[in-house]
Amino acid sequence: MSPEILQLIAWSTLDTLVMVGLAGLFGTLLGLPLGIFLATSRANEFFPAPNANRILGFIVNATRSTPFIILVVAIVPLTRLIAGTSIGTRAAIVPLTIAAIPFIARVIEAAIREVDQGLVEAARAFGASPLQIVQKVLLPEAMPAVTLALTLTIVSLLGYSAMVGAVGGGGLGDLGIRYGYQRFMPDVMATVVIVLIVLVQGAQTLGEAIARRLDKRNRNS
Amino acid sequence: MPPPSDVQTQPIIAFAGVSKVYPARNESAEVVALHDIDLQVPQGAIVGVIGKSGAGKSTLIRLINGLERPSRGSVLVNGTDVTALGERDLREARRSIGMIFQHFNLLSSRTAFENIALPLEIAGVAKSEIAGIVGPLLAMVGLSDKRDRYPAELSGGQKQRVGIARALATKPKVLLSDEATSALDPETTDQILSLLKTINAELKLTIVFITHEMSVVKKLADRVAVLEGGRIVEQGTTFEVFANPRHETTKRFVGSITGGNVPEWLRAKLKPERLAGDSAVLHVGFTGRGAGQPVLSRLARNFGIDVNILHGQVETIASHPFGSLFISVAADPEVLGKVIAELKAGQNTVEHLGYVA
Ligand SMILES: Nc1ncnc2c1ncn2[C@@H]1O[C@H](COP(=O)(O)OP(=O)(O)OP(=O)(O)O)[C@@H](O)[C@H]1O
Ligand SMILES: [Mg+2]
Repeated sequence: MSPEILQLIAWSTLDTLVMVGLAGLFGTLLGLPLGIFLATSRANEFFPAPNANRILGFIVNATRSTPFIILVVAIVPLTRLIAGTSIGTRAAIVPLTIAAIPFIARVIEAAIREVDQGLVEAARAFGASPLQIVQKVLLPEAMPAVTLALTLTIVSLLGYSAMVGAVGGGGLGDLGIRYGYQRFMPDVMATVVIVLIVLVQGAQTLGEAIARRLDKRNRNS
Repeated sequence: MPPPSDVQTQPIIAFAGVSKVYPARNESAEVVALHDIDLQVPQGAIVGVIGKSGAGKSTLIRLINGLERPSRGSVLVNGTDVTALGERDLREARRSIGMIFQHFNLLSSRTAFENIALPLEIAGVAKSEIAGIVGPLLAMVGLSDKRDRYPAELSGGQKQRVGIARALATKPKVLLSDEATSALDPETTDQILSLLKTINAELKLTIVFITHEMSVVKKLADRVAVLEGGRIVEQGTTFEVFANPRHETTKRFVGSITGGNVPEWLRAKLKPERLAGDSAVLHVGFTGRGAGQPVLSRLARNFGIDVNILHGQVETIASHPFGSLFISVAADPEVLGKVIAELKAGQNTVEHLGYVA
């Protein structure tokens, strides 16, 4: 492979990392509160708003059941509005974020619902407000599960980010399509796949290590 | 201000006509968990609430700190009707009512120190003051060396000590305990019970605890209330209730500990009719003063009869000796009547169960 191609691979890797990183960040900023809301707003929960819960739950499900590639095309006007363009790395962050939000919301909702109700009961008995229960009990106790959930999100986003390449999104997927497929350069294709494997492995290993450090439920950890 | 004697007699907790109905849902019919409860807890007392599973014990105790709202009636704690408080005032009121739990309910993500600090953080106590409060609490429950351990690194008994220290962090006047020793082995249970007794004595803390074990009542309580099907069927001082249980449920509970229940092997041998040569079987409950006297040897001497102990137990309950004996008396009906009269004269309870060969 020529130095130009290698440099291209390096830049594409960076693009991918930026897309996934920013989509993960924005997705968490919006998905975390949404996940907390979904986990605490059914009837008989601390912030009872069963109708809002149902409506948001429906939107989350609808977004999650839309195939990503269709989502990308469907929200082009929104992408243009936010990113100023519908092509390239910057534009790809928008659909990636939109796909990440409901995903993160659901995994965080599940993580919070896993927290032992006895702890909530204890906090209530000590006079904690609903907000304090979320801050001091639910989130800290759900942290190991939330970390694993975010790891899963990052890994999925790496896969999605390769897909946005097909619609001019930039990054490793774009490189693989344009060089590996259209110009038939199998070595480029192979390198792209290997870099993606390394990124996924790296994200998974790191996420699991952090979750293990946060998890104090087992001895010897 | 009321005179001091009034303060003394004013109960710290008073249930008045309290009922709790859980409404029907789908296929499940409504549940009357508590029915017209009147209960008064004197300041500084240790009150045990005992009853079978589903009797309404947890519901009763959760009404005290407003985790449940009653369907009818009022619950006064420290002069405030907690049933009339709004959420915010109720949260405030809960800080003067500590609670400990069967499964400890410690945060796994926090160390012993941080768990004890939680109610203080919730109450908005400054970080700089928290260490000064938690340190002595850790020392009081004997866990100073475990301050930075996570719950997973502690034994059950140690976890409950952390739970107790946490419940005391906001200096409550009342401590509620829902089966706090039910997940512990007998030895650890005893340690926790004596810790609770010490706390009661030193901090003048009123304790209301739930249990389904009469042995826990015996070791800890000054007073007992027996719940059955959502009603208090019997209440009084621990000694009164042990000495003279009136309700069937209470008798069974008391029997389980004082040995008052007829042992299986004896039940199998008992006959209702007397044949020649048979001995009468009596169940004698010795309470208070009577238990200290050499009753049986006196009987044997006075009436010239053989008295055999078949089964028995002597306990100390609320610092009174307390015994339960099954004896066989080889005597004809006429003498037997005198024996029973003599036993009853000494403040004992006597029950004639039947005969054995
Ligand atoms: N939230 C609820 N909704 C409906 N019914 C309930 C609820 N909580 C308790 N009950 C019912 O109220 C009754 C009393 O329950 P409670 O938990 O007070 O019993 P308990 O004496 O503490 O029993 P255990 O010894 O098993 O803990 C039971 O019949 C129970 O099914
Ligand atoms: Mg219970």
